[in-house]
Amino acid sequence: MTALDNLGGTDTTDLTRRGLRVLGVGIGRQKALFSLSIAFSVLFGATTVADAWVLGWATDHVIRPSFADGDVATGALVAGALLFVSVALLRMIGVVGRRLVGGIVYYRLVAGDRRRVTRKYLQLPMSWHQSHPTGQLLSNANADVEAIWMVFMPLPMAIGVIAMLVVAVVTMLVADPVLTLVGLVVFPLLFVLNVVYQRRQGPRMAQAQSLRGDVSAVAHESFDGALVVKSLGREDEETARFAGVSEQLRDANVAVGRVRAVFEPILEALPSIGVLLVVLLGIGRIESGATEPGDVVQIAYLFTIVAMPVRAIGWVLAELPRTVVGWDRVRGVLDDPTRFPYGPADLPGSGPVGLRTEKLGFAYEPGEPVLADLDLEVQPGSVTAVVGSTGSGKSTLASLVTRLVDADEGRVLLDDRPVTEVEHGALAAAVALVPQATFLFDDTVRSNITLDADLDDDTVWEVLRTVQADRFVAALPHGLDTQLGERGTSLSGGQRQRLSLARALVRSPRLLVLDDATSALDPDVEQRILRALAERSQSGGPTVLVVAYRKATIALADQVVHLAHGRIADRGTHAELRERSAAYRDLVDAYDQARQEVDHE
Amino acid sequence: MSEARTAASTQPARREGSLRIIRRGLALSPAITQGWRRTVLLALLGTAGSSLVPIVVQRSVDSGLGDTQGGVESGRIVLVVTLAAVLLLISGVASWAAKVRIFTGTERGLTQLRVRAFRHVHDLSMLTQNTQRRGSLVSRVTSDIDQISLFLQSTGMILVLSIGQMLVAVVVMAVLSWELTLVVLAVFVPLVLSLKFFAERMSVAYDRVRQTVADLLTTIAEPVVGASVVRSYAIEARTQQRIDDAIQTNYRSNVKAQTIVSITFASAILIGGLANAAALGVGVWLGVVGGLSMGTVIAFIFLITLFVGPAQMATQVITEAQNAVASWRRVIELLETPADVVDPGPAGTSLPTGDLGARFAHVRFAYPDGPTVLDDVDVTIAPRQRIAIVGETGSGKTTFAKLLTRLMDPAQGTVSLGRDDEWADIAQVSFADLRRHVVMVPQEGFLFDSTLAENLRYGRRSATDDELVAAIGDLGLSDWFEALPRGLQTRVGQRGESLSAGERQLVALVRSALADPAFLVLDEATSAVDPQTELRATRALEVLLDGRTSVTIAHRLSTAENADRVLVFDAGRLVEDGSHADLVGAGGVYQRLHASWVAQASLGLDAPAGTLTS
Repeated sequence: MTALDNLGGTDTTDLTRRGLRVLGVGIGRQKALFSLSIAFSVLFGATTVADAWVLGWATDHVIRPSFADGDVATGALVAGALLFVSVALLRMIGVVGRRLVGGIVYYRLVAGDRRRVTRKYLQLPMSWHQSHPTGQLLSNANADVEAIWMVFMPLPMAIGVIAMLVVAVVTMLVADPVLTLVGLVVFPLLFVLNVVYQRRQGPRMAQAQSLRGDVSAVAHESFDGALVVKSLGREDEETARFAGVSEQLRDANVAVGRVRAVFEPILEALPSIGVLLVVLLGIGRIESGATEPGDVVQIAYLFTIVAMPVRAIGWVLAELPRTVVGWDRVRGVLDDPTRFPYGPADLPGSGPVGLRTEKLGFAYEPGEPVLADLDLEVQPGSVTAVVGSTGSGKSTLASLVTRLVDADEGRVLLDDRPVTEVEHGALAAAVALVPQATFLFDDTVRSNITLDADLDDDTVWEVLRTVQADRFVAALPHGLDTQLGERGTSLSGGQRQRLSLARALVRSPRLLVLDDATSALDPDVEQRILRALAERSQSGGPTVLVVAYRKATIALADQVVHLAHGRIADRGTHAELRERSAAYRDLVDAYDQARQEVDHE
Repeated sequence: MSEARTAASTQPARREGSLRIIRRGLALSPAITQGWRRTVLLALLGTAGSSLVPIVVQRSVDSGLGDTQGGVESGRIVLVVTLAAVLLLISGVASWAAKVRIFTGTERGLTQLRVRAFRHVHDLSMLTQNTQRRGSLVSRVTSDIDQISLFLQSTGMILVLSIGQMLVAVVVMAVLSWELTLVVLAVFVPLVLSLKFFAERMSVAYDRVRQTVADLLTTIAEPVVGASVVRSYAIEARTQQRIDDAIQTNYRSNVKAQTIVSITFASAILIGGLANAAALGVGVWLGVVGGLSMGTVIAFIFLITLFVGPAQMATQVITEAQNAVASWRRVIELLETPADVVDPGPAGTSLPTGDLGARFAHVRFAYPDGPTVLDDVDVTIAPRQRIAIVGETGSGKTTFAKLLTRLMDPAQGTVSLGRDDEWADIAQVSFADLRRHVVMVPQEGFLFDSTLAENLRYGRRSATDDELVAAIGDLGLSDWFEALPRGLQTRVGQRGESLSAGERQLVALVRSALADPAFLVLDEATSAVDPQTELRATRALEVLLDGRTSVTIAHRLSTAENADRVLVFDAGRLVEDGSHADLVGAGGVYQRLHASWVAQASLGLDAPAGTLTS
């Protein structure tokens, strides 16, 4: 929305030009259907004018003769009635076709860009995802895509209206050139007023929209923090805070309303004024015999039925700024040149794979290395714990060895093969990462674990037993078929983590990386799972790399790697490190130390 | 989404209810109807303008404009046109005034309703108990109100103005010729009768669209929110397939809805054509056999246009009206949900100043229509005692803490605070007084998207920057604070996420210290944070608890070991009560829990429990 706020009018010509270019792109993508919708719209425009012509014709050929002769001109009457009905029928067909086909064009354009954007999301590397806020990416694929093409809803009508105006002016000229002058004044005036109206309204609407977002943000936050609000007795202050943004929104909406209140009556009155002018001028024209009464009636009627459709041009112009903003945002994603190629190689063999890193270095910000010069060796089938304080680079290491992210320097090798050379599917089959934050799909328990791979239920249940999840899954309303996610059953953090573990284990990975993946579990459950994992490793299961805080977890490892400031400070068994490193002792014993100190006070 | 669906599909059966909802809704937002008589008058005057043109046409044609033989009474026509121009101006001004009044009134009224609903949500205990429902509570005070506002100002206003316009048109028509009026109305009857059918089809189609939009949003989130999962399991193809399917389903339902909308919208045009034909035929016949004037016949054709516009919009208006009423109903139902924990207000008793203890007398708690969660709890906590509560998940320990802070009220028995002979039933104590004395520190340190200073001031509004810094220092957190580059002005981000989980806990502790309560209730964090922050938090907590009564829901061995007294809950009952030393060998629930704690904490360590139980 911020980009919309400064669209006040500084460079509207440029904006309009760029908007029209986007229109060109959209038309190019849906040439056939768009042309069809325009054909319908022109039919609508022409028949709208024809409607007025029928009234003029009926006035001169049915109404006046009948009243003059005192006898119904039956033949002409039937013709007039049929003309009214058939013109209306054609006009209806025009409207249905215009709206339906126009709508289809819009929905197709939106669907097409949604496919493009989401495909791009699937290609762009993790590093790209990490540097873009989730909310922004979701809005790129949803609201922004809709914002680009929304203009296609009123566009066919606007083009039809232009055709209509041309036809209207031509028929008016045929009927009476002098009265046409009124049209040549009123129509452009209507058009200009519509443009001014939309220009005035645009920034005000954007302001209201952005405030609506603020109101929602305060409500979300306040309800999320309800426990804090309640326990500190801050309900009144929170209400005042909410009332503050709500009142800003109210004022913004009223400002939008005030502009509407001025322009709508003027836009409604303008065609009526046109009719009055036509009648006034018509007196002289009829008296001088220059024109027939039917022509005056026809032109007057034309004004009353043309007024409303003319607004469509204003709607198109009003949408153009949003079109441009949406387009820029979506192009920003689609044109991103970042690539993340996978290699062609396979990872031959089976059973646990060995992991080695050579002089690994990585930085999120240039000059601020998170990992530097890191040499690590993990034997096949062993369990290695990575320990370090916050910011020591543990999670980064987990992302590098699973190749979610590529290192800036050095390389990661699996069984002595650089990961960058390994084919994507082969890598995924061999290496499984269980991240700290669990992501579950809006799908069944089974699909969340198998991810639609061909795995039978027995295998799934066996893994669920390993991760201590069999009992709660069996207790779910439909077992493995229970729908999870937003509109399904919701699980606790610990349950979610266990399913995430099951998802990794069920594929029998050759390297398993746990990035603090058991933090939400009860300690004894965690213990049971980790012990089961350790047993698996000993009996031909995966090589395990585990990022851990809890002492009990660390104690299960064959090897402990102590990371500090992105480098390996020390490595060995837990007992060895405890014995020889004070920093390590401080780290793993910090909590207990605190207790002891307090007790001694 | 599903809620909206239910509301819409039960609509026909509850049609009577709709009027009640609108009445109730208007009563809740008095500003909407304030001065409504004047607004309606102005609106009618404003819509009358649209009938001026047909009248002018009729007068002019009958004054000779339609008859080239009889001569034109130009003076008369000029008079009529001038009069019409003046009236047009007046009606334009009236229309402007009416619209300003409608926009201002509805916005003021709905803002009242919005703020009122927001306040009410904070009084409902479901907010703190049922986190699943938070999202829908947010939409009560956002999208639902927006929906009502949109309706009242767009479709609703069009509805009212169209009805006004048609009423004026019918009156004008009836004055000109009642016979022809009946003919025109008869043509529109089938359209009116079919409205309900079309509106129902349309609302079903729109519900389907909304459903597919919800599915689409969820599916599109997969490659974004679940990016690492998609990448590490190489399920790009599966994910893309799911997205493509959702896009296609959404596309189809949109096109279907668009089809219904297009047809209903356009059918009014055909009806208008039929009405024109009928007016022409019957009008001419009436003119020949009766006394109908030529101007009247032509004026009728102009008047018919005033019906076509509203008829085109009618189905859309009905559908949107149903949605708005459904939104209004949801907001009203929320406001009609009684606050289950009621604030006795300033009239309530006050708590003694200074140290406080707590007393539970025969307390039982059960959720409405649910099983008993806590039963027959009878316990007195002395001032300045440090209590640890232990028990397995579902043992009732959290319920105990919530009753103590009056986040909920017991089903039976009373919870009192006080000391010596001065005790007050907390249900009788005003919220303001209670919150001053008793503060709960939740498990997750929730922060608001603002500065560190603003977040700390949630504890004490009036605190100066110096007092904030002093409070940080008192808890021994100066070294942490000084490392923050922007100090008190540090932005904490949404939900405090610019800080680590451990740092958020530190802020929560300082916040509680600033509130300076006599009684603290803590829910110990279970998730692991980095050890250095953990160390800081533990030290800060020591200072915070010093000199206060405290009840801690303990998840750690050491918390229970260091408490003055341990309360052990099991299956909703208080089963053991004593010091760690008393209970650890008593052979009960605590001994068992303690053993499993020790086992997990010491597993594989060369220096087991000894270092812990110093």
